Amino acid sequence: MKKVQFKSKYTQYIFLAPTLIIISIFLYLPIVQTFRDAFTTQDAFGFGRFFAGWDNFKFVLSDPSYLVALKFTFIYIFVITVISCSLGLLLAVQANKVIHGKSAYKTLLIWPYAIAPAVVGVTAQYFFSERFGILYALFNSLWGFDWTANIFDAYIYLFIAGSWKQISANFIFFLAGLQTIQKSVIEASLIDCRSSLRRFWTITFPLLMPTTFFLVIINITYGFFDTFGIIDTTTIGAPSGETKTLVYKAYIDGFRGLDLGAAGAQSIIMMLLVLIITIIQFRYIERRIHYN
Amino acid sequence: MSFINLKNVVKVYPDGTQAIFNSSLSIEKGELVVFVGPSGCGKSTLLRMIAGLEDVTDGEIDLDGNRINEIDPSERDIAMVFQNYALYPHMSVYNNIAYGLRSRGIKKLEIEAQVTNVSELLQIGDLLSKKPGQLSGGQRQRVAMGRAIARDPKVFLFDEPLSNLDAKLRVQVRLEIKKLQRKMGTTSIFVTHDQTEAMTLGDRLVVMNKGVMEQVGTPMEIYYHPKTKFVAEFIGTPSMNFITGSIKDKTFKASSFAIPAKYEDKDDVILGVRPEDISITKATTGVKCKVELIEKLGSSTVIYCVDMKENQLCVSTQSRASVEVGDTIHISTNNKALHFFDRETSKALTK
Repeated sequence: MKKVQFKSKYTQYIFLAPTLIIISIFLYLPIVQTFRDAFTTQDAFGFGRFFAGWDNFKFVLSDPSYLVALKFTFIYIFVITVISCSLGLLLAVQANKVIHGKSAYKTLLIWPYAIAPAVVGVTAQYFFSERFGILYALFNSLWGFDWTANIFDAYIYLFIAGSWKQISANFIFFLAGLQTIQKSVIEASLIDCRSSLRRFWTITFPLLMPTTFFLVIINITYGFFDTFGIIDTTTIGAPSGETKTLVYKAYIDGFRGLDLGAAGAQSIIMMLLVLIITIIQFRYIERRIHYN
Repeated sequence: MSFINLKNVVKVYPDGTQAIFNSSLSIEKGELVVFVGPSGCGKSTLLRMIAGLEDVTDGEIDLDGNRINEIDPSERDIAMVFQNYALYPHMSVYNNIAYGLRSRGIKKLEIEAQVTNVSELLQIGDLLSKKPGQLSGGQRQRVAMGRAIARDPKVFLFDEPLSNLDAKLRVQVRLEIKKLQRKMGTTSIFVTHDQTEAMTLGDRLVVMNKGVMEQVGTPMEIYYHPKTKFVAEFIGTPSMNFITGSIKDKTFKASSFAIPAKYEDKDDVILGVRPEDISITKATTGVKCKVELIEKLGSSTVIYCVDMKENQLCVSTQSRASVEVGDTIHISTNNKALHFFDRETSKALTK
């Protein structure tokens, strides 16, 4: 291959500049600011900034409402990941079997993936509105559903709103994963094993593990960070702060409560949590996965 | 009654393409039958229909006296070796072999004994804990065989299992498969596009072309008495020579020569002669040709030449003929080794 060389050794930096500038302004600078916020306190009028050491962290971790948000975040992540992965997988396996109108199924199932979280939230509102929501009416007639008063009902509202879009995302990846499995391997298993359920758990599912692993990480990250739009357009933390995730609480405390120190500390704690979870996943789970 | 019976089997795909035309075949117990033909001839489709991986559009397939058209592949008591081996990549060799036994609810101790047995037979005992990804092509091939043998099925189905091996290994594995099949006496069907493989392996060959069984017979029957021009051309290397002409008064007349032929008068006839049935004569009585290309293979020499009327001819001789490109030679043939085909139907002429 021919090597392209520029006369000036600085030319390369011009090409790198746009990316570097954007990343610096929107990624690195905010990180630096977050660390500065987390270790300082500002006076209420924004005139002064004092070094606060670990005070912000101590405050956040001793705040009962932070522990509530932490608990909800983990429940939320767990439920959303389980629901959306299993439904996504189920749909992918079924869509993969379809012979006629395969692309129509695919397109329809992929659609929700293209919707922004805030729009997902607004859509969910229509289903769960007290006045005209279909699901609200249905659940209400079954067990007196009222998400504004009952924590469990508010959970259901968010679980449905949150997993709907993720099912589509998982569906695409599982479908792609299914198509990478060699056809003859599936055929060999058809000859070896009668039960389709057993075939699925012994052949298909293990061969999908790389996809599943990837999706679990993606879903956990989604559960951590991408929920802001959905919560802000649906429960807004109702009944009384029980359905706030860590991200949402950081936003509320920082931009509504104007406690930037606490918000910064929360962000850093969250970053550490994600770091730990990811390390655990890669160290202990990934080893058991077979990659082709 | 035969062990495997195909009765008027037809395969039409949902999009309307017909892969198999009305095909019937009987296979005896313990026989090794080879389906051979060019790619796209339907040989794999037919095998997959017997395996149950493709539906049978019409007709019937019987195994050991029972109709198996609707029976699930796993219940047919067949085992298949795939072209790319289709080993389960996430399982150890042991589990690959044991999988079919386990899902049939066989006891653990029995499975262990069976796997040990098979691995000794195929000399893969030291590979049992490895995964397919760590094995060479030849080793994978053995494991795939092991997986098939372990269940002791009624029928082995081989779908071009040697085509992913290098040439030398292919010959070696071919011999092993033949020996193993003799030893176990299991009825087998082997699919290949390689006519040498077909000739050396098969008790009988089924030569297929465009979804039709052109001829069924022992390798020698097919070699010496091809029923169609396609079979004559496909079996044997180098390929048979064909020269068009006509038969009149018990003589075949081509543009550049005439040869006795004890057939009825017919206008459009194709004469077929195998390259090894043509010899170079010292006398000038034979057909005069000009040498265009020579291939020296050591054991034989293949001479491509063209006669005075531009008919292409290929001659294969054992002798170390001192012929050079551009030489003029005279060739003749043994009159018993001639094949005549109807040009329209491509079928061999009958006396």
